[in-house]
Amino acid sequence: MELKHMALTGMLLMSAPVTAPAVAQAQKFITVASTTSTENSGLFKHLLPIFEKKTGIAVRVIAQGTGQALDTARRGDADVVFVHAKEAEEKFIGEGHGVKRFPVMYNDFVLVGPKSDPAKIGGGKDIAKALKKVRSAAAPFVSRGDKSGTHMAELRLWKVAGIDIGGADKGPWYRAVGQGMGASLNTASSMNGYILTDRATWISFKNRGDLAVLVEGDQRLFNQYGVILVNPEKHKHVKRDLGQAFVDWIVSAEGQKAVASYRIGSDRLFFPNANDKGA
Amino acid sequence: MIEIGQAFGAAATLIAARDPELVGIVLLSLRVSLTAVVFASILGLPLGAAIAVGRFPGRRALIVVLNSLMGLPPVVVGLLVYLLLSRAGPLGQFGMLFTPAAMVVAQTILILPIVAALSRQAIEDAWQEYREQLRSLGAGPLTAAATLLWDTRFSLVTIVLAGFGRAAAEVGAVIIVGGNIDGVTRVMTTAIALETSKGDLPLAMGLGILLLSLVLALNAAAYWVKEAAQRRYG
Repeated sequence: MELKHMALTGMLLMSAPVTAPAVAQAQKFITVASTTSTENSGLFKHLLPIFEKKTGIAVRVIAQGTGQALDTARRGDADVVFVHAKEAEEKFIGEGHGVKRFPVMYNDFVLVGPKSDPAKIGGGKDIAKALKKVRSAAAPFVSRGDKSGTHMAELRLWKVAGIDIGGADKGPWYRAVGQGMGASLNTASSMNGYILTDRATWISFKNRGDLAVLVEGDQRLFNQYGVILVNPEKHKHVKRDLGQAFVDWIVSAEGQKAVASYRIGSDRLFFPNANDKGA
Repeated sequence: MIEIGQAFGAAATLIAARDPELVGIVLLSLRVSLTAVVFASILGLPLGAAIAVGRFPGRRALIVVLNSLMGLPPVVVGLLVYLLLSRAGPLGQFGMLFTPAAMVVAQTILILPIVAALSRQAIEDAWQEYREQLRSLGAGPLTAAATLLWDTRFSLVTIVLAGFGRAAAEVGAVIIVGGNIDGVTRVMTTAIALETSKGDLPLAMGLGILLLSLVLALNAAAYWVKEAAQRRYG
């Protein structure tokens, strides 16, 4: 009897703290499926407290690749998506999963590689030319290979360069690791390979080893982020009003200012452009 | 090698700073994994005893299945629980995905086979030894199972600790069903994965050292309690 009592008390004691935060957080919250770049760069840590203070809405961020984030929302497990692959975002809307896409901010992709630079691409601006050189040198290139926004951008750039990376031109030099941006950078850093990364993750990344930015500034390296409220007509659990409040805020003058004010050291990581309707 | 040295420095700094965010992460880790181990024990120990003492068709197959399930890949358990709890899944209406409760469910499934399979073996060994005695005392299977559970309790503590170790150490399941949400579902292992992906390897390793120290402290406490109990009642 005593043992039973003890076991029961123990169970209650241990399960209580697990359920307790759920009760404490019965406050308003939304779930945002976003990308590793926005989370790992520290942007959300900067933005969300400002938003929460103003609206009382807590934002729970799931950081995934863009493809996975859109899939999470397709299953109805997020209220808002905040990602960076315009084509995939428009497809998501076309399928009826999203209400409307709003441009939020941009930065750019950079091609980083070892300082020894075996493909001799350093200092160039033309990304297509650089990728061709990497291909002819068959220098190790690390690809995300995970349907993320950066992966989709990379595939688009190979296409622009006229290289059939999925077929004839594929080789052991091209290493698809199927991981997030940081994990892929760790891999590139340890094998001294080339890799395409978004600038925000690169600036906040600490384990650079011998890697440095080699190609930047090409217009085709533009990286646009968009925000979408998941369609409540299709997914009835979606918190329409709270989600919309977040979307409205991030594209508002105040939200845009908050985006612009995020820096690491002297580096600005994201540039607001919600007013550029075509972005 | 420098990084491993830095890691100990990072671990020391972390402990010294007692950062409330880190304390929250540590507490959540303990709560989730301890709750999972309690549930897995409540289900797994009686199950192990029943299979050890009982004789029923398919028993051998069940033992083989249970033994194999000890090697359940966490990521598969995570995916299974994700599909069940997702809004598009059969249990979606409860909105449990991306909560600590979902993490407890996943870890319970993960360690239940460990607790059940290992306790089955320990109890069956004791059963071989005491079967005649128990029978001569007129004990039915239920009484026998209960007696053996009590009799092997010190071995069972080690088994439960193995289950806890597995739960506290895994990242594959909790990162899928919890989502590694800052302040809500971030635990030690997912925080380590996050810091690794940020390239902050010393901090990641420092968190790892902290996790190991916690598990060590818990095991030491369990061992001490077990020893004291054994001296008194053993």
